[in-house]
Amino acid sequence: MKIDKNTINRIARLSRIKLDDKESEDYIKDLNSILDWVEQLNEVNTENVEPLSNISSSILPKREDLSNDSNSSEEILENAPDKLEGFFAVPKVVE
Amino acid sequence: MYKSSLKQTLKDLDTKKISIRELNQDYLNRIKENENLNVFIHFSEDNVLKQIDNLENDNSAKKLKGIPIAIKDLFCTKSMPTTAASKILENFNPTYESFVTQKLLDEGSIFVGKTNLDEFAMGSATNTSFFGNTINPLSKENEPLAPGGSSGGSAAAVAADLCLGATGTDTGGSIRQPASFCGVVGIKPTYGLCSRWGIAAFASSLDQAGIFSHNVEDASILLQSIAGFDQRDSTSAKVDIPNYFENLDDDLNGKTVGIPKEYSIDGTPMEISQIWEDAIKVLEKKGVKIKNISLPHSKYALPTYYIIAPAEASSNLARYDGVKYGFRSDEIDSLDEMYENTRAQGFGREVKRRILIGTYVLSAGYYDAYYLKAQKVRKLIANDFNKAFKECDFIVTPTAPSAAFPLNEKQNDPIKMYLNDVFTVPASLAGLPGISIPFGKDKNNLPLGIQILGKHFDEQQVFNAAVSLERSYE
Repeated sequence: MKIDKNTINRIARLSRIKLDDKESEDYIKDLNSILDWVEQLNEVNTENVEPLSNISSSILPKREDLSNDSNSSEEILENAPDKLEGFFAVPKVVE
Repeated sequence: MYKSSLKQTLKDLDTKKISIRELNQDYLNRIKENENLNVFIHFSEDNVLKQIDNLENDNSAKKLKGIPIAIKDLFCTKSMPTTAASKILENFNPTYESFVTQKLLDEGSIFVGKTNLDEFAMGSATNTSFFGNTINPLSKENEPLAPGGSSGGSAAAVAADLCLGATGTDTGGSIRQPASFCGVVGIKPTYGLCSRWGIAAFASSLDQAGIFSHNVEDASILLQSIAGFDQRDSTSAKVDIPNYFENLDDDLNGKTVGIPKEYSIDGTPMEISQIWEDAIKVLEKKGVKIKNISLPHSKYALPTYYIIAPAEASSNLARYDGVKYGFRSDEIDSLDEMYENTRAQGFGREVKRRILIGTYVLSAGYYDAYYLKAQKVRKLIANDFNKAFKECDFIVTPTAPSAAFPLNEKQNDPIKMYLNDVFTVPASLAGLPGISIPFGKDKNNLPLGIQILGKHFDEQQVFNAAVSLERSYE
């Protein structure tokens, strides 16, 4: 078993997702079965194979380096759950 | 009530056989009659009427003027909220328009509503949506069927004739599989043909916008409208977009079709193998050379996909933190608590599962064994296709391993659900264009789909083969 209670807690923490005990158990089961299933990739010989990260066959186009001040802070803040004087607001982080 | 193809409707509008208002009023009525299907996450009659008013006062000629189009609720739209079918974006009102929807607006189309999908496009049945299941319009009474997914709402909208075309996105089959389940045409173009700007990101190296329509001609018209270079998406391709519709040619004489033997999978229902054979026979009669090809790494496509897609998703969905937009939990004693509770309450089960698995395969000590390994196998899968396309002009396969299944049937076992994408995922990993067209029925008279794959940016060949098969079937 690759994923145990400690591992799922560590991943949940890295993902910033709080899990209750029932959920943790379910995900331990799910993730282990998925990881067992993807194990079959180890059958494939990938020696000297370049990893493929971008499928795009064309060369990435360049653009001119121009400054562009759209002054859109109001728009950006429009959907914020909480904002204060032109900033996003979050719970207090310092005492 | 008016019912026709996009091509014919454009003619009827042009010759004033019908007005934009009459046309859209009929579509509005049909949408209201079909509310039980739960096709739309957002629908507002007033909004549609406003769009009609605006177009009536607009004298300029536009290619899609007055055409009712449904938009998958993964595309940001200024005029309507955008949720990605997630609670975490429940009240999100974009302040910008996606590239694809802007193109459709520029052409004068009318957005009838935002269609349902699997949450963040993660699913194959439109049953992970925060806003409930969409029901396949082909369902018999008391026997609701899934429309496929993730773009199930868009596929159902076209199937129930609630619009003349719809946008979708396809990461591993999310356009082609629901098109097959709902008996409509669905095309996922080459990765990079349509800008991803303004589409809520799932797996950025795979996500691609595309089209649902009643037939291949309509798809060719609509795809041309949404394709094109956009500097705001660094993977957007600078290629010439041909006039697919004008160039449609159903004469396939002398062309070669590739038939990949690896797509004959044990356990595939007879009916699926049968329509595949039927399609090959039709092509043979049309003078197409049949070439058996091999894509030896195809069987590794699904496990490769289910490492790469969740890995990219875990990174992309980190932005939903309860700070910038969307839902924020009430339980916020500290900043970390706010993040963890917001994401715990805002995401659904399948999305959390994929974030967790993605985080695991990217985490220190496991990256090489999973993510890097998957990227290498992906390279081999892409190489297989490159090699195969030296010997053929296009490839024909079934679209999905079954017809539409009952709602909720496969919900409990994630791997069983993932197998829905077995025929669509390889081309996604290779970035190739693929279309699904209705071709044949199963024993319950439900539609089945044939998939046609082409070379990079050879959508024209894909359309030509599709229109040829479609015309022979009708």
